[in-house]
Amino acid sequence: MTALDLSPVAGRGRLGWSLSDAWVMCRRNLVKIPRTPELLVFSTIQPVMFVLLFVYVFGGSINTGSIPYRDYLMPGIFVQTVVFGAMTTGLGLAEDLQKGLVDRFRALPMSRGALLAGRTLADLVRNVFIVAVMLLVGLAVGFRFHHTTVIAALAGFGVLLFFAYAFSWISAVVGLSVRSAEAAQSGGFIWVFPLTFASSAFVPVANMPGWLQVFARNQPVTQCVNAVRALLIGGPVTSAALQSVAWSVGILIVFVPLSVRSYRRAAVR
Amino acid sequence: MTDSSAIVVEGLRKHYGATKALDGIDLQVAEGTVQGLLGPNGAGKTTVVRILTTLLRADSGTARVLGFDVVRDAQKLRGAIGVTGQYAAVDEKLTGAENLEMFGRLYRLSGRTARARAAELLERFELADAGGRLTQTYSGGMRRRLDLAASLIMRPRVLFLDEPSTGLDPRSRAQVWQVIEDLVREGTTVLLTTQYLEEADQLAHKITVVDLGKVIAEGTADQLKERVGGARLEVIIARGGDLSAAGGVLARFANGEVNTDGDRRSISAPVAAGAGVLPDLVRALDEVSVALDDVAVHRPTLDDVFLALTGRPAEADPKPDPEADHRADPSGPADGLDPEASGSGGPGPETGPGERELVAG
Ligand SMILES: Nc1ncnc2c1ncn2[C@@H]1O[C@H](COP(=O)(O)OP(=O)(O)OP(=O)(O)O)[C@@H](O)[C@H]1O
Ligand SMILES: [Mg+2]
Repeated sequence: MTALDLSPVAGRGRLGWSLSDAWVMCRRNLVKIPRTPELLVFSTIQPVMFVLLFVYVFGGSINTGSIPYRDYLMPGIFVQTVVFGAMTTGLGLAEDLQKGLVDRFRALPMSRGALLAGRTLADLVRNVFIVAVMLLVGLAVGFRFHHTTVIAALAGFGVLLFFAYAFSWISAVVGLSVRSAEAAQSGGFIWVFPLTFASSAFVPVANMPGWLQVFARNQPVTQCVNAVRALLIGGPVTSAALQSVAWSVGILIVFVPLSVRSYRRAAVR
Repeated sequence: MTDSSAIVVEGLRKHYGATKALDGIDLQVAEGTVQGLLGPNGAGKTTVVRILTTLLRADSGTARVLGFDVVRDAQKLRGAIGVTGQYAAVDEKLTGAENLEMFGRLYRLSGRTARARAAELLERFELADAGGRLTQTYSGGMRRRLDLAASLIMRPRVLFLDEPSTGLDPRSRAQVWQVIEDLVREGTTVLLTTQYLEEADQLAHKITVVDLGKVIAEGTADQLKERVGGARLEVIIARGGDLSAAGGVLARFANGEVNTDGDRRSISAPVAAGAGVLPDLVRALDEVSVALDDVAVHRPTLDDVFLALTGRPAEADPKPDPEADHRADPSGPADGLDPEASGSGGPGPETGPGERELVAG
């Protein structure tokens, strides 16, 4: 048997290689999605429970003015769902770290950001899928688009998914900084819970006590919910959409370099 | 000399707070040889491997592998070496073939080459049948072999193996050893860490013994064994036998400290005379009515080397364990021996009567 020629493929620039490495990593995670159906089921059951809970249990006592509550709620549910969905990024990375895979990748001549880029992209695909499921669930409980166009609605989902993508990178830093996947799990929810509940996702901010309003009005989840809501069911769009996109860009600017740094330093014994 | 060295390490230090994981390590590994890095838990073995494979930066010191500086030329080095970490690092939700193909792609092989190489390696490691199964269904030994296969994708000239056979059953271990021996025959340089003295003895051309971040001895297995001197006598006392009486007898034949392991009912001591002492010893033990389960003269093992170098056995846990306590504690079951072995001014036949008195009294 003649020995296989193992010369690496030549003539791809640095950027070309980064993209190709990221794609290898992304595909790895995509392939695994249908192999861990329990993860996907959990990620959808939870928001479905929230929809049922809020529409049928709390909904009657929440005053959203002239807007039917289920229309008010669903954009909030979408944001909550993708933000929770983004937590899987940290979870997956913590697991890679724990299993020694991060060490293996770091000892390869691959690009430094590939694992993170591939992982976050795969999680974005996952989020697209989950949002689609949630949209169907929403339609089933009576959610309807209002005062919008196809373009605006698509823009709404664009703002939503961009926001989710940015959050994946926060989650990545958490996942690479903790000792175990379990810690990444609880470490993720500790800060995500207040962000999603002290926001305009489920109730109008105006109904909250004054001190909480200050926080709720000025945090990114509220901005994203407001933007998505305006784009799906009507309302003043521009300011909220710009703020949401600005938050996402800002988060990426801070957390992409931070997670690459955590990746390079990640050391688990 | 440096020219033919695949690995050159000078003054490597790495501290974690007060822990000196590495406290000035020097190492030279000639191309085409197997270097064993031998030491107990926490000795610093993994830290050395991580630094040499660009995963960790030393606080000070330099290291070159194949002429590449591990910090400055890290990226080039990564393409030239293979690493198998202490714990098998494969993706459990991918099949064996998918794992190897993925790593091949990350070494920048074309898709087709990566697939072909994966198939080749699965074949070589007797994983061809399991190649299509998720690795979460693999046994520990299969996972280890896949892990090893992954580090060989590029036919690296230098291979780092951190405790390659820890946790494997004897058959899997033999397989792993076979692979390593084959690789060395093909010219690969291997740096291998191990806690198994037997493993270093079997595989390594040169052994460096590390303890608490320092090199405490270096040489071939034979050279290290010479440092403990001649043979070692061991008797296993029958259940219910008088350990201290037997220890006293052994001390007469020993030319060094007598060691008692109460759990195994084993007493051992270095002897100068070799197997020639056996008839006399058996007779002497019979005189004090100690029955034997077993008696043997061992050529020194690396265990003995470690004991001689550090004062404690190599495979003991550094955490305080009851056994360590009884070794150190003068009131432990071994106490009857100590006054004999050290206190009576050189063990020899003439100390015999004294011992008998002591035992009888
Ligand atoms: N990231 C870390 N943070 C703190 N201490 C560390 C870290 N990594 C290693 N150490 C300490 O450095 C010392 C050497 O560790 P190392 O893992 O190199 O030992 P080892 O010889 O590989 O041990 P083992 O046989 O258990 O694998 C140990 O005391 C360990 O506790
Ligand atoms: Mg180790």
